[in-house]
Amino acid sequence: MDLSLQDRTEGDRTVVVVGGEIDVYTAPKLREKLIDLVSAGSYHLVVDMEAVEFLDSTGLGVLVGGLKRVRAHEGSLRLVCTQERILKIFRITGLTKVFPIHASVDEAVAATD
Amino acid sequence: MPTVELQLSPQPHHVRTARLVGVAAARRAGLPDDLVDELRWALGEACSRAVALHAAHAPDQPVRILVREDTAGLTVEVVDAGPAGPPADDADPVSFFEDEQVDPRVSLAVLDGLVDDVEIIATQAGTTVRLRWPLPPRPV
Repeated sequence: MDLSLQDRTEGDRTVVVVGGEIDVYTAPKLREKLIDLVSAGSYHLVVDMEAVEFLDSTGLGVLVGGLKRVRAHEGSLRLVCTQERILKIFRITGLTKVFPIHASVDEAVAATD
Repeated sequence: MPTVELQLSPQPHHVRTARLVGVAAARRAGLPDDLVDELRWALGEACSRAVALHAAHAPDQPVRILVREDTAGLTVEVVDAGPAGPPADDADPVSFFEDEQVDPRVSLAVLDGLVDDVEIIATQAGTTVRLRWPLPPRPV
């Protein structure tokens, strides 16, 4: 499955729903989406990863890049993920210390820094 | 000793092909579904790493992938021509993602965490990532 990307606004947050496979081929599309949102002034992002079927370290790099971009504007990037395989990759790479990870979009949208 | 061998020119879209072939070979060999999924993630990670290394260091050389079934189980090897390095620790995770160029050692750390039996074989010619899974006994 290819990568699918949809975004919507919830209050002052922008929710990006990611589905399919984030790999070395598709990660540039996610990078462009995050750059476009930040360029348009969306600095508080929630990335919903519940429909992601594959994620490699290239995808992790794009998420870290997105985090750096929103932080440059005092923004935030929160992840929504309950899939054990993906959570394991975040734990292995130490990124659970970097990203707030939530169990639902509602929880992520309601969270404050 | 059934073997599948692939040679991929180091282009990002081929990584998906490698995952699909690896999954098909693993199912054919009788690997349980949860381990087939583990193989898909690990092979994808190893191929992404190899393709990125080849793009930087050996753009004209193919990445080789071997899937071999023998008495020891199922072995997957991803052979690249890039420089090796020790797995990254997680002391400062963000530093491994400078400018979104992922340090290839991150891949090795991910592989080490995903799969129980991982061997990283570094030679002057490059690196072989060897992943192994036991296979359940075949019904007689």
